[in-house]
Amino acid sequence: MTKNVDALIIGGGPAGLAAAISLKKNGIDNILIVEREDCLGGILLQCIHNGFGLHRFKEELTGPEYAEKYIEMLEGTTIETMTNTCAIEIVNEENSKTVYLMSEKSGLIEAKTKVVILAMGCRERNRGNIAIPGTRPAGVMTAGLAQKLVNRYGYMPGKEVVILGSGDIGLIMARRMTWEGAKVKAVVELQPYPGGLNRNIAQCLNDYNIPLYLSHTITAIRGNSRITEVDIAPINEYKEPKKEDTFTLKCDSLLLSVGLLPENELSQLAGVNLDRVTGGPLIDTNYMTNISGVFACGNVLHVHDLVDWVSEESEAAGKAAADYIRNQTIQKNKIAVRVGNLVRYALPTVLEPGKPGILSLRVIAPAENTTLYVKADDEIIYKKGHKKIFPSEMQRIEIKEVPQKAKMIHVYLE
Amino acid sequence: MKNDFQVIVIGCGVVGASIARELSRFDVKVAILEKEADVSFGTSKANSGIIHAGFHSTKGTLMARFVVPGNRKFDRLCDELEFPFERRGELMVAFDDNELRILQTYYKMGLDNKVPYMDLIGKERVLEMEPNVNPEVEGALYAPTAGIICPYEYCFSLTSNAQENGVELFLNKKVTWIGKQGNGKFEIETEDGSRFTSDYIVNAAGLYSDEIAKYVGITNFRIVPRKGEEYLLDRRVGKLIHRVIFPCPTSTSKGMLVIPTVDGPVMVGPTARDIEDKDDWATTRDGLKEVFTHAQRMVPSVKTSDIITSFVGLRPAAVGNNGDFIIGTTTVPGFINAAGIQSPGLTASPAIAEHIREVINKEGLRMELKPHFNPKRRRVASKVRHMLENRQYSQYGEIVKKDKTYSKLVCRCENVTEAEIVEAIRDGHTTLDGIKFATRAGTGRCQAGFCTTRVMEILHKETGIPFEQITKKGKGSEIAPYPIKKGGVE
Ligand SMILES: Cc1cc2nc3c(=O)[nH]c(=O)nc-3n(C[C@H](O)[C@H](O)[C@H](O)COP(=O)(O)OP(=O)(O)OC[C@H]3O[C@@H](n4cnc5c(N)ncnc54)[C@H](O)[C@@H]3O)c2cc1C
Ligand SMILES: Cc1cc2nc3c(=O)[nH]c(=O)nc-3n(C[C@H](O)[C@H](O)[C@H](O)COP(=O)(O)OP(=O)(O)OC[C@H]3O[C@@H](n4cnc5c(N)ncnc54)[C@H](O)[C@@H]3O)c2cc1C
Repeated sequence: MTKNVDALIIGGGPAGLAAAISLKKNGIDNILIVEREDCLGGILLQCIHNGFGLHRFKEELTGPEYAEKYIEMLEGTTIETMTNTCAIEIVNEENSKTVYLMSEKSGLIEAKTKVVILAMGCRERNRGNIAIPGTRPAGVMTAGLAQKLVNRYGYMPGKEVVILGSGDIGLIMARRMTWEGAKVKAVVELQPYPGGLNRNIAQCLNDYNIPLYLSHTITAIRGNSRITEVDIAPINEYKEPKKEDTFTLKCDSLLLSVGLLPENELSQLAGVNLDRVTGGPLIDTNYMTNISGVFACGNVLHVHDLVDWVSEESEAAGKAAADYIRNQTIQKNKIAVRVGNLVRYALPTVLEPGKPGILSLRVIAPAENTTLYVKADDEIIYKKGHKKIFPSEMQRIEIKEVPQKAKMIHVYLE
Repeated sequence: MKNDFQVIVIGCGVVGASIARELSRFDVKVAILEKEADVSFGTSKANSGIIHAGFHSTKGTLMARFVVPGNRKFDRLCDELEFPFERRGELMVAFDDNELRILQTYYKMGLDNKVPYMDLIGKERVLEMEPNVNPEVEGALYAPTAGIICPYEYCFSLTSNAQENGVELFLNKKVTWIGKQGNGKFEIETEDGSRFTSDYIVNAAGLYSDEIAKYVGITNFRIVPRKGEEYLLDRRVGKLIHRVIFPCPTSTSKGMLVIPTVDGPVMVGPTARDIEDKDDWATTRDGLKEVFTHAQRMVPSVKTSDIITSFVGLRPAAVGNNGDFIIGTTTVPGFINAAGIQSPGLTASPAIAEHIREVINKEGLRMELKPHFNPKRRRVASKVRHMLENRQYSQYGEIVKKDKTYSKLVCRCENVTEAEIVEAIRDGHTTLDGIKFATRAGTGRCQAGFCTTRVMEILHKETGIPFEQITKKGKGSEIAPYPIKKGGVE
């Protein structure tokens, strides 16, 4: 089967949905969203907790409710959606792209399109990525898989739980498993500060007296069929475990919440260049990657903690893609954005002189009473004081106008 | 009579499976008893996957006797059973004069064992063959006949082909007692209370072969597990090396290797440490350090940050026999050992199997070749997958038109479709690990984060096993054991 569209969006999560709606608003009609799961909504569907949409809709929604708002916007439009359909390869040709799709209903589809929007989200890091020593029993899984089992299937993976990593999914699962009658014995975090949002530390751990061990790690996993216990040790300044202070906790499950990785195998295969820090594509101010006509937004670009920003970013990407389809707009003048003191990354890595710009960034470690600066060469073009700033919270800053003659943009904390 | 056989093979690793398949060519009634929920779940799933050329084995040992003939049989076996196998060759690399002398020693050992086509090669040639080897290399012993294999697929294919030719496989049957009946037949009891009888027993129980022998009163050997930790690197690291890279062995260690795998990712390991506990499957910090320090000396670009997964294998090393294989008849008539098969057991397995068949024959079991023996393994879905891998999309599209399950992607990291999962389940793999080994679903980057629940759904649909009873690797390893009822988990 073959298909011909103007825009093909890979991923039906909040990023893909917002990008599609924005494309439509900006005058593009022939749009296809492909989603490999059996329904639209992405990771939101398993996030049945509150805390979505405060910025966008000024109300607290659950994940599925937030997704529903966008899915409703599709109704009555010409946007076509195909679920149970996985994009397996993107081939870049002179004036168009071909995307190969594997669809449960329609088989193998060769789809020609003018633009591709990458909106594949991310996947969780797992045990292999962090090489915890020990056995390989049942009961060790990522927090996201546990979340899926509990929220979408109605099964608990265990009753005595230890969580490694204090990412948001882990925190939320600590509370969720407690609600279902499990005992969450510890959340163990290697860093001296939590990986997830402060709000989640308060509402998911403190409210339930779940101990959080900062600067600790798991040094052994035991049990052959099923996990039976873990060793937990504080770490020294070289991040080595202190053997003498090791303690053991009995448990029947270990959930890993050790971070997310943008899902970019497809992009890489197509020749999209990735940023070493974020793991997402390198983009210009139009969200376009090094391959012209291929755009990226949402978690595939960099990990977001708030879906509201995903939607906003993806609308901007959709609009830029529409401009590209109509006028072949390509950003001409680029000035590099460099990060300095305490800033882990800033995105995009280039801005356009004479134009407004939006930067998304994260800091390396928590800091207090500090100021975030953006300088164009020697001129300060943005400045904001922060009482406290955390790596878990993405910062989004607006620059009114990037100076015409600037040679380099510098982002740093002081 | 039910559960009465001429030969019962205890243990279904590569050794037991090879023997059963060899016997299935003849008109003999054979059963395999395996304690785990799937075959190959012992040492045979967790090893380096190398079909050794054979220069490591000391002259006069059974290892030396079986390794080269074993190696030679793999082309034909691969042709019949279609498991992944490639003759890549192995290089033992030397970094100084002393090590160059060691190469000479192994070259001579190789000649003694009749290893064909070996060559001592210089620095330039090594670096030309393997540009990622440490440029300080001085020379190498090159043996082109070495190969790499997917060890569990090899074991699965042997077992399923043996079954197609009449061998009966019993899983979850742990042998706990063996006696002799008045008529001279063996009587075997398993943990779940089942009983089996047979004229001959082949003891291929790997790590536990000493305990099986004890049941019939044989106590002249003991198996000590020799632990090996292995680390797999991410596919993205690419094909750093094409051949197996060995260091020069020292008096204490054969050394850590850098190993290409048939699936693509590079593997490094294994450690070799004698331990007491036959159930110690834990990787360790020390092991990791040891493996990488050694491996980096040979191939500097292997990095711990690229580890995607790791595992432990336990070599069944026989004490009281200099660590050599224990093969053949015993003081108990009809009880035949294929025990203590440590490295290079994978390589030697086809030759051991042929030998054991001859031994049983000599011991009085008459056997004739079956006229309708089918040497070919029946496989469809996994073959079709290669079309996807090779991007033969239009051909693939044709297949999908006929069978929709080929368009349901279950594991997206490795492109495994529902068709393959179903084929594996119907082939007898009913645990997540079993399905993973049979299809590769869950072995990729996301390490089953995405496909676990999908595989569980298919397994439930195909077999009716309730969701909460689906296991990772047999009873006691349930993935999601507690259905949520109103009011929480009780
Ligand atoms: C557990 C968790 C809790 C969170 N809690 C909050 C919160 O409380 N408040 C908040 O505001 N935000 C929260 N977030 C963040 C927010 O949900 C995410 O940032 C947002 O969902 C990202 O959207 P996305 O569309 O980029 O990715 P996703 O939602 O992951 O969607 C990507 C979609 O692409 C599909 N896909 C991937 N590859 C392919 C392919 N090859 N072919 C077809 N389809 C493909 C995937 O199946 C998926 O549906 C949370 C996130 C997680 C993971
Ligand atoms: C780290 C490592 C790397 C290696 N690398 C290589 C290599 O590269 N090349 C090579 O040639 N060799 C290699 N080997 C050696 C090779 O893996 C073994 O020689 C081979 O797998 C042994 O097969 P087996 O069938 O004897 O044992 P196993 O695979 O252990 O099979 C024995 C079976 O018996 C079953 N069993 C035990 N007790 C009972 C009971 N009471 N009742 C019923 N069933 C029972 C077990 O469950 C098991 O399935 C390596 C080994 C290790 C550990």
